[in-house]
Amino acid sequence: MSAARALRVVRAGPLTTVQDRGRSGVAALGVPRAGALDRPAYELANRLVGNEPGAAVLETTLGGAALRALAPLTAAVVGAPAPVRLDGGPAPWGEPLLVPEGAVLDVGPPTHGVRSYVAFAGGIDVPPQLGSRSADLLAGLGPAPLADGLLLPVGLRCGEPVRIEPLPLPAPPRTLLLRLDPGPRADWFTAEALRVLAASRYTVSAASNRVGLRLHGTPLERAPGRGELPSEGMVLGAVQVPPDGLPVLFLADHPTTGGYPVIGVVPVADLAAAAQAAPGTPVRFTPTAR
Amino acid sequence: MRARPMGRTALLLEVADDGEVAALLRELTERRRSGALGPVEEIVPAARTVLLDGVADPQALLRRLADLRLDPPAPGAGPLVEVPTVYDGADLAEVAALWGVDEAEAVRIHTGCEYRVAFCGFSPGFAYLTGLPETLAVPRRATPRTRVPAGSVALAGPYTGVYPGASPGGWQLIGRTGLPLWDPGQEPPALLSPGTRVRFTEVPR
Repeated sequence: MSAARALRVVRAGPLTTVQDRGRSGVAALGVPRAGALDRPAYELANRLVGNEPGAAVLETTLGGAALRALAPLTAAVVGAPAPVRLDGGPAPWGEPLLVPEGAVLDVGPPTHGVRSYVAFAGGIDVPPQLGSRSADLLAGLGPAPLADGLLLPVGLRCGEPVRIEPLPLPAPPRTLLLRLDPGPRADWFTAEALRVLAASRYTVSAASNRVGLRLHGTPLERAPGRGELPSEGMVLGAVQVPPDGLPVLFLADHPTTGGYPVIGVVPVADLAAAAQAAPGTPVRFTPTAR
Repeated sequence: MRARPMGRTALLLEVADDGEVAALLRELTERRRSGALGPVEEIVPAARTVLLDGVADPQALLRRLADLRLDPPAPGAGPLVEVPTVYDGADLAEVAALWGVDEAEAVRIHTGCEYRVAFCGFSPGFAYLTGLPETLAVPRRATPRTRVPAGSVALAGPYTGVYPGASPGGWQLIGRTGLPLWDPGQEPPALLSPGTRVRFTEVPR
């Protein structure tokens, strides 16, 4: 009889979480969406190991992670490019590899970008909550972030691993360019604020997390006499502006409602790059004419 | 009603007040159930708005809402949840003083109203209940507590809320209930979802 399909966490890294496509249909109950931040990288990781779309993978943050396979497991590492080692020897990034029983797969800190995705054939098989296995760091739903020594079950493999050539190699641009569809509360700001937003260079703050990309730069001024905005529903990619005037770009763990005006919304297609923008990365917004 | 685009796949519908939000939410929920709304991932009510998110073609959806009428909900419509409450909250005396009554009268006032879940937010299953007269709105505490126990019944602004789990919080605590409010393993996971009617009943300490 073969050993149980599972992983032992050898090195959890600064922040490694289980992620899938996240939760849907429960925002009205105050449940955030969660899910993998770099969605194309997540989908690619699952394809490489032959998983069904929607299987759960590991999302690392800046420092990678190391995992011991308790049974022979097929794995793949994509997203932020990072050195991959198998029992200390070099192993490929971006293609399926077999991790023998007892071997340690070590994903190092990324050479650029923030989040690497580590998929295992069969998917991380923790129990789903509200239709998803994703860790939600805002609401505390789903599995807690990985800790050293933790045991993670892996599901039965259901497809064949594939090689994809050429693999789309993510090379985050030196400047993160974000389109911005103005509204719904652009009228809460001075006319100057939108010009400032379009003309200024912001930088990614180290206080950024799965809830949002926080930015340093020129504060945006609110139009006078507006008072307080009653809480309203929030969307993925919303750029909310708190009283300090510094925009916050909402990522997957964003709250379902918020009371600060949203000056515009970044299209979902631009959010994978945002998820890979390390602290200090310059950011420019391009408001669209809509 | 005013519709504001929120990105490419969402619409923020803005109305005049809480009563119109309730009417709009009920109408949208019914149309979604009957298939007349088209695909929408999320319908998220809030204080003055209802957000429709995960909409492939927001303008087409908006055209389908052209005949929308916002009739106030009939009294007594929708499920009713009773929340048995021990009124011994740390801020009950302060709330009573703000209302200009004694504690016993404050409890009578609070149990005498019928509430409705206007929306959820802050944390999963945390319901914002309207139903107290506007004149009885109370401010948040100047300094939030670092830990409010699960089941705390509390007031802030025009709202009553019940903390589904322990968390930091700035609301005025008037009592507590043992009713389980949030269980992600249950269907539905939240006892108090938008549109639900609520009554608080006093139980002895």
